[in-house]
Amino acid sequence: MQPRTTPEVGGMGHSMKRKEDPRFIRGKGNYVDDIVLPGMLWMDIVRSPFAHAKIKSINTEKALKVPGVLAVITGETLAKYNLHWMPTLMSDTQMVLPTEKVMYQAQEVAAVIATSRYAAADGVDAVEVDYEPLPVVVDPFKALEPNAPVLRTDKKDKKDNRIFHWEAGDRAGTEKAFAEAEVTVKQDLYIPRIHVASIETCGCIADFDRVNGKLTVYMTTQAPHAIRTVFALVAGHVGLSEERIRIVSPDIGGGFGGKVPVYPGYVIAVAASVVIGKPVKWIEDRMENLQADSFARDYHITAELAAKKDGTITALRMKTLADHGYTDAAANPSKFPAGLFSICTGSYDVKKAFVEVDGVYTNKPPGGIAYRCSFRVTEAVHAIERVTDVLAQQLKMDPAELRMKNFIPKEKFPYKSALGWEYDSGDYPAALRLAMDKIGYHALRKEQAEKRARGELMGIGISSFTEILGAGPSKQFDILGIKMFDSCELRIHPTGKAIARFGTKSQGQGHETTYAQIIAEELGIPASAVQVEEGDTDTAPYGLGTYASRSTPVAGAAGALAARKIREKAKKIAAHLLEASEEDLVWETGKFSVKGAPSRSKTIQEIAFAAYTNHPPGMEAGLEAVNYYDPPNLTFPFGSYICVVDIDRGTGMVKIRRFVAVDDCGNIINPMIVDGQIHGGLTMGMAPALLEEISYDENGNIQGGSFMDYLLPTAVESPSWETYKTVTPSPHHPLGAKGVGESATVGAPPAIANAVVDALAHLGVKHVDIPITPEKVWRILKEKGVAE
Amino acid sequence: MIPASFDYHAPGTLPEALALLSKYGDDAKVLSGGQSLLPLLKLRLGQTGHLIDIGRIPGLEYIREEGDFLRIGGRTRESALESSDLVRTRYPILHDTAKVIADPLVRNMATVGGNLAHGDPGNDHPATMLALGAQVVATGPKGERVIPIEQFFLGLFRTALRPDEVLTEIQIPVPPARSGGAYLKLERKVGDYATAAAAAQVTLGSGGTVERAGLALTNVGPTPIKAADAEKFLAGKRPDAATLGEAGQRAAKAASPSADRRGSVEYKREMARVLATRALRLAVERAGGR
Repeated sequence: MQPRTTPEVGGMGHSMKRKEDPRFIRGKGNYVDDIVLPGMLWMDIVRSPFAHAKIKSINTEKALKVPGVLAVITGETLAKYNLHWMPTLMSDTQMVLPTEKVMYQAQEVAAVIATSRYAAADGVDAVEVDYEPLPVVVDPFKALEPNAPVLRTDKKDKKDNRIFHWEAGDRAGTEKAFAEAEVTVKQDLYIPRIHVASIETCGCIADFDRVNGKLTVYMTTQAPHAIRTVFALVAGHVGLSEERIRIVSPDIGGGFGGKVPVYPGYVIAVAASVVIGKPVKWIEDRMENLQADSFARDYHITAELAAKKDGTITALRMKTLADHGYTDAAANPSKFPAGLFSICTGSYDVKKAFVEVDGVYTNKPPGGIAYRCSFRVTEAVHAIERVTDVLAQQLKMDPAELRMKNFIPKEKFPYKSALGWEYDSGDYPAALRLAMDKIGYHALRKEQAEKRARGELMGIGISSFTEILGAGPSKQFDILGIKMFDSCELRIHPTGKAIARFGTKSQGQGHETTYAQIIAEELGIPASAVQVEEGDTDTAPYGLGTYASRSTPVAGAAGALAARKIREKAKKIAAHLLEASEEDLVWETGKFSVKGAPSRSKTIQEIAFAAYTNHPPGMEAGLEAVNYYDPPNLTFPFGSYICVVDIDRGTGMVKIRRFVAVDDCGNIINPMIVDGQIHGGLTMGMAPALLEEISYDENGNIQGGSFMDYLLPTAVESPSWETYKTVTPSPHHPLGAKGVGESATVGAPPAIANAVVDALAHLGVKHVDIPITPEKVWRILKEKGVAE
Repeated sequence: MIPASFDYHAPGTLPEALALLSKYGDDAKVLSGGQSLLPLLKLRLGQTGHLIDIGRIPGLEYIREEGDFLRIGGRTRESALESSDLVRTRYPILHDTAKVIADPLVRNMATVGGNLAHGDPGNDHPATMLALGAQVVATGPKGERVIPIEQFFLGLFRTALRPDEVLTEIQIPVPPARSGGAYLKLERKVGDYATAAAAAQVTLGSGGTVERAGLALTNVGPTPIKAADAEKFLAGKRPDAATLGEAGQRAAKAASPSADRRGSVEYKREMARVLATRALRLAVERAGGR
């Protein structure tokens, strides 16, 4: 798409360099741990070594003798204020600090407040806790067995470990379609528990001012406004009132969904500051972050497809067990307990579908966050893209051909899926065709055949995903009843520069640049002259925050519509200045001119000045607007990824030789930022496919609780990503944009898994669960007798 | 991630450092690059009363051929080894090793002496030094003594170094003509300890047979493992595929790995075989035999 603005204005389509980068590159960012307040104290947390244990006693005597230690806070302390439990976003309950028992390894047990970070750590070491271990439930399938210990003994009427049962679609119709099918396939797959592992861990400084009763919390949150409301609702009974709560999200070093939840550490720090009357800082270390913060995924899925012999898919069925840990603390603002998992019909025209999900309690950390995906979309896409390949293998059809045959045709959009979503727009065959051209698909298949004849292992994997994002329309989403709009407050200064404030919060996405470009596109004010602010609840308009790729689809739309409101007023002022009627004015980027007399024009800068100096009689002065945007529908970005892998027959090591990613995220605001999002997303998609997993032994001990064993990929492990675009605008978004932050994380894992299975398919391999470790592959090679 | 408190000493000379070591004995630890020691302290897996930082002592960082030996100063950084032309052209096995230790940031600090003196079977230099038949110089209050590398590693985190000694130099025999070496490491990702790794150093005789073979393994037992049986088997033989494969088998028999997140016992033992065979093949190739 040709940009409509000049590079100086820098509207949509310009690869403008990121406005925020100079401060990050020079080390001048301002992260929560950079903030130091006068008189600030430090908090550190005592954590449980057991996954399930009764707390018999907590002895704080020695800790209180450590020089610099001022206090030790326990569940009993918080219970006095009724703050030892808190609600979760899923209407479940979560401990802030335990009074009776711990439910997972690394759970918060007590907090030490001290005059320095060092004293706090020494204090933590000196707290003595006496535990009585209880039976541990690790396996979610065993958790549902009749004799399993009931974990949530705090819930009086709870007799089992089931959290919810949820289903969608046509059960009977789907059963009939399966019964009548010419071909059916069924595949069990596990989407392992992983962690966002953002470079900056979580933390906060809680600063309660006793004189004016105001609480300021600097915290690593993706949703400052929602947090303020949650604090007001949860702690109203101890006197915190919403107008006297200020949440500030400073610069954030990666969120990916992990900085949406309210963690116990935040609440304890707030309680400590309120009680002590001094600022209290709490910063997690890396292992606490990995071991205790909300996890992602952990879905055990059985996926089935029914089809005709010619490859036409007729029905889909998925049954899932969702391991939520000890409480359902999913950061899921949809009205559905399994989020948007029902996008699992994917890119295909599936007539009948049925999906059911059971949520289960286990002795693991709580969560269920949407790690760089809208709620449960990664799980859904992995299942459909994997089982589609299983079907192709069963039918001995090329997986590209099978996909082409079943894609929702372009002319069927807007398309109503069997599970109830209305896809806005798409051209799936075009994306797959482009990916096949770019990677040289047919030549690769030929090479593969030759290599197989020589005993070499090479595979080609496709993933043609459909994303669903931009939460969300109020009919499907809310947080504690608050609708999921987002907002922009735009003010034009007399000299024609602007400040725009948003209800979202960038964690590295580049909002300061992207939003400025949206304003530039709509008003012709150079993006460099638009200052963007977010994250301070005292100044920014109310919004639900940044996650689920919602910033551009929702807040970006609010920015465009606020700018259009300004244009309406500007038109009136221009008419006044040009002594013309409004109907006779035409807008081209940056100015109004009189129809047929283009020399008679006023620039937006001239109009802005007039708004403060020479506005029409009877009109209010100033030039500003606010928009709260409640999206009419979600957006549905899509793409086709093709991955080529080579497998070392000696070690089982998988090497990604090439990876072509074709993305379609509608109209693009900043192509460079979009490419950056895709590069990062692909790397984060490769991670669970090949490397990352958090698992537990039978006693609930975490495996992979540090970067020694939680294998975060680096540039060394990453191939050179090849990225391309097709552009299918969203028909309902003011800019035609769809959002892109998560497409690659969602789309990449099945492309890699499919490539590995494809490399082994001629040996009779149908499926390999991720992460595909060298040993997993080697075991297959050994079993098939082809290991070196 | 905050260590328990300790006293920090930064002696300016070796005698000062040795005096501090004599004074504090078991309650002191030498800090060289900090690759292993700092994480241990930060995770509170280890604790020490006194940290003796030898980083300010001049004259402990060098790489030079002198007499019959390549001499490497005990505090020589891995990054110096990695970028040394002498090492890259004359000791490819050492170059192979240095570039797969930890990650580039750590290699800027980590030292060759520290890598050996820590006595960790997961470290990469021990196997390389075993294959090369190196010796180390330990300096203590009574002066220097030379320890052959095969007598250096006594057990898990245990070496022949006494608490009052500092590892000051590594001496590697200058290889004769028609020698070649290689180090191959299987790791889950950059910066990881080896799932398994193999170091091979081969010298070919005039007839193309193996004159001397050094072969050792990383992280498949409580100490670095010298594959003595495989070395003996290779001596005098023509290094064809079958012979190298048999040597790999024999090396794997010497391994006694334990299972962890990197792999099962079976997998690690097999990887020892695969990597030993491949390292030998590459070493032979580099020695000019093919």
